[in-house]
Amino acid sequence: MLSRTAASLYWIGRYVERAEFTARLIEATLRLDALSARPAGKTAWESALLVVGAEAGFAATGAETGQREVSAFLSVAPDNPSSIRSCLDSARWNAKSVRTALTRDAWETINRAWLGLRNISDMGDSRATLAMIERVRAETRGFEGALGRMLRNEAYAFLGLGAAIERADNTARLIDVKYHLLLPEGEIVGGIIDRDQWTTILHTVSANTAYRWLYREELKPWLVADMLICRRELPRSLAGSALEVVGHLAFIGKLLSRQGEADRLARRRLDKLGNTSIDSVFARGLHEYLESFLIENAMIDRAIAAQFKFG
Amino acid sequence: MTPPAFDEIFGTSGSTPRDEFAALGAWLDETPGEELDRRQKAAEAAFRQLGITFAVYGDEDSAERIIPFDIVPRIFTHREWTKLSEGLVQRTEAINAFLRDVYGERKIIADGVVPEALVLGNPQFRGMLDGQKPPHGVFAHICGIDLVRTGPDDFFVLEDNARTPSGVSYMLENREAMLRLCPEIFHRFSVCPVDRYPDALRETLRSVAPRGGSEPVCVVLTPGHFNSAFYEHSFLADTMGIELVEPADLEVDDDIVWMRTIDGRVRVDVIYRRIDDDYIDPLVFKADSMLGVPGLIAAYLAGNVALVNAPGTGIADDKAIYSYMPEIVKYYSGQDAKLPNVETYRCREASALQYTLDNLEKLVVKLVDGSGGYGMLVGPTAAKAQIEEFRAALIAEPHRYIAQPTLALSTVPTLTEQGVAPRHVDFRPFVLTGSKGVHIVPGGLTRVALKEGSLVVNSSQGGGTKDSLILSNVPGQWQSQGFGGQMQGQG
Repeated sequence: MLSRTAASLYWIGRYVERAEFTARLIEATLRLDALSARPAGKTAWESALLVVGAEAGFAATGAETGQREVSAFLSVAPDNPSSIRSCLDSARWNAKSVRTALTRDAWETINRAWLGLRNISDMGDSRATLAMIERVRAETRGFEGALGRMLRNEAYAFLGLGAAIERADNTARLIDVKYHLLLPEGEIVGGIIDRDQWTTILHTVSANTAYRWLYREELKPWLVADMLICRRELPRSLAGSALEVVGHLAFIGKLLSRQGEADRLARRRLDKLGNTSIDSVFARGLHEYLESFLIENAMIDRAIAAQFKFG
Repeated sequence: MTPPAFDEIFGTSGSTPRDEFAALGAWLDETPGEELDRRQKAAEAAFRQLGITFAVYGDEDSAERIIPFDIVPRIFTHREWTKLSEGLVQRTEAINAFLRDVYGERKIIADGVVPEALVLGNPQFRGMLDGQKPPHGVFAHICGIDLVRTGPDDFFVLEDNARTPSGVSYMLENREAMLRLCPEIFHRFSVCPVDRYPDALRETLRSVAPRGGSEPVCVVLTPGHFNSAFYEHSFLADTMGIELVEPADLEVDDDIVWMRTIDGRVRVDVIYRRIDDDYIDPLVFKADSMLGVPGLIAAYLAGNVALVNAPGTGIADDKAIYSYMPEIVKYYSGQDAKLPNVETYRCREASALQYTLDNLEKLVVKLVDGSGGYGMLVGPTAAKAQIEEFRAALIAEPHRYIAQPTLALSTVPTLTEQGVAPRHVDFRPFVLTGSKGVHIVPGGLTRVALKEGSLVVNSSQGGGTKDSLILSNVPGQWQSQGFGGQMQGQG
């Protein structure tokens, strides 16, 4: 496989994953906004911006921090490089240049998602926003389905690798922001707002039911953190993503009969996660833990680019 | 204006279909206009979804358009096709023989058939390739020969596209759309399949690999996805199961071409390049080309890689050389050309220039090095000012122009806003030449001028495409009971 093709596939995986994550984030934030008994709206949307690191970009637009403005910024703003539209633009741009490595299904879902957002500039009210988000999610689900039907070859592995690296990043950011920055002053951990916020996290990663199955307890922040960090069974957890990264790299390594720095880093991370208890994470400080996780994830990303000569 | 055109389905009668096509006439009668319209829109939506688009240069907003697709197919009988394909084989063999000759012994010039200056002084002649034999002696592996028709048996060659002809993806995708949207047509007619084209093309590529022995590595070389024909490049690579590479994916080392892969470098044997000669190697041709692969021509000259088509083929499809094609075909095949040229006045010759200037409003005038319908005057439909513009240009630089009579191009029923109506068409079959000879997949690209009365079929100027059905002489396996005599493809 051409190095350029591998790089494009990897980035398609990342961008589609990011688009989907942002869609989920908007959806969950709408829910949080609606749930709050108090005018929590603004806080909810501020936190959404923080999760994707778009607070400065949004501030530059000079708009109010409200549902309509933030959801438009996160979904369709062309000048926001991580808006859903920008992600789909980039995914499609890459997909176009590697058409031959994608199946028709996979290409069509990306192209359709892109066409769907092309001429939208305003998100409208929350119902219209939800409808739009649902369409984006339907297409990204379609993309995952198309991947599932792909030949298990390098192309599949690079798409999956990109998606897993991106997912690890997104989940880590989500936990970090929610845990540290959200609770309004005077609110107690375990209070109503706190609980709503953890529920929102679970919605964002589609893990509400998973939580009940794994813990059979009411929502407890440290258990949610445990699930999102340590439980391999949950595909969106840090451990689940790390496991997937190792798997895809090993698959490629087998095809090429050789492994490299990326393989070593990814395996080391997975081993460490296997020995991590949530208590030790809290003892060290959750924020510090997540920060070093994000740095490590970026290192693996760079090692992948070097190993396969993405150039 | 032009005399009434020959309609391929209805002949000159206007209302009763020719015998072989009674079933199509019946199909048109039975299928309501709205239903045709619905299917056509469905086809176009599918094309857009697949991304079968082309870019229009300088048009940022509609950077991606689809070429309009017409749902009413064009049909050739088996007899018509057999005759056409004999002419195509003869012409393509002559094109390759001519190229071997002008880059070799130049007998045809020595024998006074083609003027020396027209070949050696032609910008399309690549002097640096003089004496160079491409692997297996094939220069033009893929020719897209443009044909026009004026009557039941009157086909003419309009252009020999021997460089990097495009459009074959439409031949294949249009058929896919027709099979899906109008399956009943394929029950009524037994149609030759076109989907073998990618296999035939891959075989052609493999056959010209310079290295014997191991399985040759063949690739499609595209300028990149901003190119207007990028969809086709990726489509062909995909359907052949070979890599689609951009120039940056290739490197030349010690006259050997390599592609960069995740597993290190892989040696490349055959490159189906969709980049023009001028841009293919900045060390040789345009130095400022951002598209090229430095050293590629040196690797080709060293015999280490096959380029498809070979560099230098432009001399064979040049419009100035075109007018000599009947003589060229006769010179190499020993027979008269089975497919005639359109009568052509070479404005470089004084008498032809005079005739052209005297009859501008009747003629089509073309720039020798123009393409895509640009630099062209269609006398009968041109405005006075445009005619005068061309008059001045002709007088200033007569050698840059040729003139041809305005042909009454055949028409085919086409879905228009006013219902089904005749529209002018041309036809581009794709002729493959490998080390074992010529192969033609029965089919081609039909382009249709969607504007009433228009003769310009180019997609950049409002043209569309149609599926082109070649009837089989064997009843197809699709046949089943119930359609009476109509189902037996009489060809």
